[in-house]
Amino acid sequence: MIGWFTIVQIVVAVLAALTCLVVSLTGRQPNDLTLAVVAAVELLLIAQVVVALIAPATGNTPTGNVLEFWVYLVSAVIIPPAAVFWALTDRERWSTLILSVACFAIAVMVFRMSQIWFAH
Amino acid sequence: MEPARSTRSIGLGRVLITVYAILALAATARSVVQIATKFHVAPVAYLLSGLAGLVYILATIALLGKGDRWYRVAWITIVFEFVGVVVVGTVSLVDPMLFPSDTVWSYFGRGYLFIPLVLPILGMLWLYRNRPPAIESTNEG
Repeated sequence: MIGWFTIVQIVVAVLAALTCLVVSLTGRQPNDLTLAVVAAVELLLIAQVVVALIAPATGNTPTGNVLEFWVYLVSAVIIPPAAVFWALTDRERWSTLILSVACFAIAVMVFRMSQIWFAH
Repeated sequence: MEPARSTRSIGLGRVLITVYAILALAATARSVVQIATKFHVAPVAYLLSGLAGLVYILATIALLGKGDRWYRVAWITIVFEFVGVVVVGTVSLVDPMLFPSDTVWSYFGRGYLFIPLVLPILGMLWLYRNRPPAIESTNEG
């Protein structure tokens, strides 16, 4: 993992979670804005997969449990699309809250991934 | 007429199911890694953690399911989780050697933002509020 890129991912995921939370509180169903922020979170996760594949070749190797890291990353990549699918089965205000929960979970999971990668 | 969806998997219930599904994924995946890589450190704790993950999966499915049978399964699994997190949380405080800090129920789910402690309470409230009509009349009669 790359330090600054990890921070970008966590910040974007938290902002995405807050955006979806606010839209949900105003009673709206998922709109273009909420779906776009979730898409941004997912794109960063896919970029993270590429980074995690390439980084060890450049001398940036994980110090923690590699298997645990990849289980987190693969789980994280699955969550946003699954949440969008589940959210859109019923378009209502709670769907937007589902997207918020998913983005918040991604923020926590990326933080955990960084703890594993940069373990002392 | 038979409703298309269970009353438990609409509205706020869908948010609850989302949190259950994520916790099920996180707890199960993590315990698989622990059992595969460091089982000898705390066999009992990691096996129980794996069982907890499977019960979270079953609870998620039960909340999605229609009818009285799934309603009962949801109650059983959610009560199991609540008892689990309270008992293991207490044991991990008394005897930290038996339960390392990295299982889902250790220290009342501290490693998971205490969601394992709060979620079953919300789950039980949700099940109580959305009890099937037949069971409701039995309880009141």
